[in-house]
Amino acid sequence: MPFQSTVGDYQTKQTLETFGFLPPMSQQEIYDQIAYIIAQGWTPAIEHVHPTKSMDDYWTMWKLPFFGETDLGNVAAELEACHRAYPDHHVRMTGYDNYTQSQGSCFVVFEGRA
Amino acid sequence: MSVKTYDAGVKEYRDMYWTPDYVPLDTDLLACFKCTGQPGVPREEVAAAVAAESSTGTWSTVWSELLTDLEYYKGRAYRIEDVPGDSESFYAFIAYPIDLFEEGSVVNVLTSLVGNVFGFKALRHLRLEDLRFPIAYIKTCGGPPAGIQLERDRLNKYGRPLLGATIKPKLGLSAKNYGRAVYECLRGGLDMTKDDENVNSQPFMRWRDRFEFVGEAIQKAQQETGERKGHYLNVTAATPEEMYKRAEFAKEVGSPIMMHDFLTGGFTANTGLANWCRENGMLLHIHRAMHAVIDRHPKHGIHFRVLAKCLRLSGGDHLHTGTVVGKLEGDRASTLGFVDQLRESFVPEDRSRGVFFDQDWGSMPGVFAVASGGIHVWHMPALVTIFGDDSMLQFGGGTQGHPWGNAAGAAANRVALEASVKARNEGREIEKEARDILAEAAKHSPELAIAMETWKEIKFEFDTVDKLDVG
Repeated sequence: MPFQSTVGDYQTKQTLETFGFLPPMSQQEIYDQIAYIIAQGWTPAIEHVHPTKSMDDYWTMWKLPFFGETDLGNVAAELEACHRAYPDHHVRMTGYDNYTQSQGSCFVVFEGRA
Repeated sequence: MSVKTYDAGVKEYRDMYWTPDYVPLDTDLLACFKCTGQPGVPREEVAAAVAAESSTGTWSTVWSELLTDLEYYKGRAYRIEDVPGDSESFYAFIAYPIDLFEEGSVVNVLTSLVGNVFGFKALRHLRLEDLRFPIAYIKTCGGPPAGIQLERDRLNKYGRPLLGATIKPKLGLSAKNYGRAVYECLRGGLDMTKDDENVNSQPFMRWRDRFEFVGEAIQKAQQETGERKGHYLNVTAATPEEMYKRAEFAKEVGSPIMMHDFLTGGFTANTGLANWCRENGMLLHIHRAMHAVIDRHPKHGIHFRVLAKCLRLSGGDHLHTGTVVGKLEGDRASTLGFVDQLRESFVPEDRSRGVFFDQDWGSMPGVFAVASGGIHVWHMPALVTIFGDDSMLQFGGGTQGHPWGNAAGAAANRVALEASVKARNEGREIEKEARDILAEAAKHSPELAIAMETWKEIKFEFDTVDKLDVG
């Protein structure tokens, strides 16, 4: 077999950092990641941005971080609400860790359209 | 106050430097040496000799000792312990008063502690196993230019280890071809790529040309992928002046990070470069070429946990720690022991990990642990488990050896990494379920499927030469 026929052409992807190389998550998979954030004692928070601004440091916060929230359902409902309000925006879930002052988790749940 | 008189001649070290009743102060610098004395020399005398020769003492009494308060300045051997499973060696614990050391200078600490004493005739072997830096001393050191938290914020990488690769072949590529290899890795999904340790400014690729082409590769990959990228431009050079010149240009071409070989370059050069990086908003990756010369022999030299602690104080944002699973030496428990020293703000004594002292790091920023060397996609779940999120996983051959090339190799590693992190977060035991997790991920990634096929047989199973001391 000629060499060329066994080599694939890798096309560059536009990705949005962590989990950007995995297929879109199912509802259950998203719940599992939120459950992980809550189990670590981190604060769930939602941010959104228009796709043309995705490389900015600051995305717009959806309300405030959900301090003390332990109910998965509430967090998931807020994700949906943010997506409904900004259907063309990227929406990401973050798990804010106040000990390290960093995000223990951060991934895009809904991808907007440019 | 007792009156001392000058009594010329040679005294036994233990008369002055063996002080078993001494309770170390919080401000003392503490050291644990593994000592192997010449036959017939009592342990206390060996320990006292090490304390003396690494602090105030010399072989003969001198009159000028009486002009100062040597009781204050001397190092003290305060404890001796058996080495488990080794009857000819023992641990000597020595306390040094903080005023023996210049502030902010690991150079001065090392020159004192591992200076002349290692050639001392009463010893056959000597190894510095661990150091406890007092928090008062740590506060005088600059430490990492940025630290883990700031690096994550600058690069927008959260909730997972960072992914990289060392560009291969390590020597011989022209600047433009080298930049091509960088671009391909970055567009495929790596966060960063790296110059190899011996890439400086050779005739086939001068540093300035490399920096220019790599700078373009970084910018292009960032624009095309929408993610932040970097390449550790190695600025290690023959002189500090030359190093700063290269550092300036690394910043100019737009790389967020540069690198230095801290042992061959030396701690003085490293501390200076770390300060430069802090002032210029650049990250600093640290390679450890030459470390095995110093740290591999179990009875002589300096354990890497000491070199790692010194690096955190001198300054660096990443440090190579070995992989545990790859081609280079590294025992798991021992590696975890010094990985903690790089990243945590407090590390308790834990002999099962070779940690001899509690170590309080205070507010000193953390250093990413870098696992690099002979690792590939099959190792990914184990690496995520061993090193956790605050690590940099580097797959050189494991990226660029992919049958479709660098970009596909990078994508394969990125998919494997994210699948492992996702599964871990879901509560799965990813080391045990490695095969299932990777196979599942490969269904959506032909690049990963091919990588798994390519490296399925490669293992590195030799026994570790330097093991932890256990009975």
